[in-house]
Amino acid sequence: MNVISRGFHGRRRDEGDRLPPGQYLVEDFPVLSAGPTPRVPLDRWEFAIDTEAGVTHRWSWPEFQALPQETPTVDIHCVTEWSKLDTSWEGVSLDVLFEDVDTDASYALVYSYGGYTTNLPLEDLLDGKAWIAHRFDGEELEPRHGGPARLIVPHLYFWKSAKWVRGIRLLDDDHPGFWETAGYHNYGDPWREQRYEGD
Amino acid sequence: MTQEHLDGNTLAGPLSEIFAVDVTTATGRCASCGMSGPIGALHVYGPDPGLVGRCPGCEEVVLRLVRGPGSAWLDLRGTISLKVHLPD
Repeated sequence: MNVISRGFHGRRRDEGDRLPPGQYLVEDFPVLSAGPTPRVPLDRWEFAIDTEAGVTHRWSWPEFQALPQETPTVDIHCVTEWSKLDTSWEGVSLDVLFEDVDTDASYALVYSYGGYTTNLPLEDLLDGKAWIAHRFDGEELEPRHGGPARLIVPHLYFWKSAKWVRGIRLLDDDHPGFWETAGYHNYGDPWREQRYEGD
Repeated sequence: MTQEHLDGNTLAGPLSEIFAVDVTTATGRCASCGMSGPIGALHVYGPDPGLVGRCPGCEEVVLRLVRGPGSAWLDLRGTISLKVHLPD
């Protein structure tokens, strides 16, 4: 009988169970960027939800800050194979932002300052699965990590958690975003290792 | 200001997997602002999750290159034209 090490020596069992296939743990917080870091003054920052009927809901920074805040602690998984456990954020649940939004759309296209976009089914943003976060580890979110505010959708690969988020466009049809039109998977479930188109 | 991007010539190796010529010496024209110049002068971000070449004039995306297992995806929609120098 062959005895094969699976490489789990020295790692706590629960950490191994929380690591999707093909991922390794990091303690630092790598920065990956597809362009220059936008600098968004808070007095000009806004977040918007644009419905498929042409209605736009907008929040200024003070309006956004006045909404009920949550402090999720979540594991995040980057498609470049690093995962980071127990990251702590502060922000507003998308459920709060969608409270007064009347929509029958099935898809969302998230767009950012700087031009980045990413797409996902609307249901993946709701029911406690996603936040607009503005603090990380007790501090204001740094621009290199997406500050003033970024989307956090921890159950999908982290490219879906758009940095410098500016708004969400609701759509009847799916509209692939920046990386989804360049070879990456349209959905990006780390537990099914949906890294590239066709995975 | 800290320079965040990589040198455009970092595209030479990854693009040589796809093209028979050295594309970094080819002249590209940006679809956004119309500026033209060598691909090797682009401001490059990456390499992960993919290489993104941006126009040094307007910072719009000129090309994107993603290398996965067994495939590469090249997006040139930000390029109006690519002038490749060839011998007569």
